[in-house]
Amino acid sequence: MEDFLVLFQLGLPLALVTLGWFAGATTERRHYLDIKAREQKFLNQPALSSKQYDPELRVREAEMACGSVVVSIDHFKRFMSALRMLFGGEIQSYASLIDRARREAILRMKESAPDADAYLNMRLQTSSISSSTGREAIGTVEVLAYATAVKFAPVGQAEAESTTHEI
Amino acid sequence: MRGLILTNIDSVPGHRIVRHFGLVQGSTIRAKHVGTDFLAGLKNIVGGELKGYTDLLQESRSEATSRMVAQARELGANAVINVRFTTSSVAQGASEILCYGTAVVVD
Repeated sequence: MEDFLVLFQLGLPLALVTLGWFAGATTERRHYLDIKAREQKFLNQPALSSKQYDPELRVREAEMACGSVVVSIDHFKRFMSALRMLFGGEIQSYASLIDRARREAILRMKESAPDADAYLNMRLQTSSISSSTGREAIGTVEVLAYATAVKFAPVGQAEAESTTHEI
Repeated sequence: MRGLILTNIDSVPGHRIVRHFGLVQGSTIRAKHVGTDFLAGLKNIVGGELKGYTDLLQESRSEATSRMVAQARELGANAVINVRFTTSSVAQGASEILCYGTAVVVD
């Protein structure tokens, strides 16, 4: 039902959709550039979902690191998803938004403990926090990333080698 | 930072656990105020990050964490391991943040 209303009530929705398209696409492109640049910086400080990195390295310090972000979709994406829901299939406009949010949350987590050598046992948690219900409800999600940030004790040659390991 | 080590793995790397105290937890339920809600409504038009909500949830998360830490301190622990966060919405416009872990003493 919602889909038909979205399709037929043109006018204001159309303006919102166009605005969402332009503004949304611009912010998305800029955000992706920003994310990629920041991810480059943390290339040698991997975040793992396992609890151990290298058993030969001795941990000097451990603390929790946490990062979160709340995002919402724009009206263009909402419109596209409404169309998609008529035919079924993957909703790509949502996927890119959540992908951005996840990567942003992970980066924020890393930035909250910037001099750690690795982030162990990283967990991602997504929860939906819509501000209203019904037809006007807009997809708003919070992504939280948390992990144990560890610093390794320097062991000379062995340490220098292991930090360049590919994960 | 808090003088108490928090990790989300089942040990404190580099230390040995000498005593377990069991589960400690802290939670908080927050509602956002009308101003944030209104701004978020405007931001919804173009999509993207809702800074007001991010700050709010971050703030309530640290509140929940510090309640958990206070409980662990009371027990005499000096670390909390296996820390987990959960978020659930209890009512419209309000969400609960729960933080729980195992209080331990490490050497």
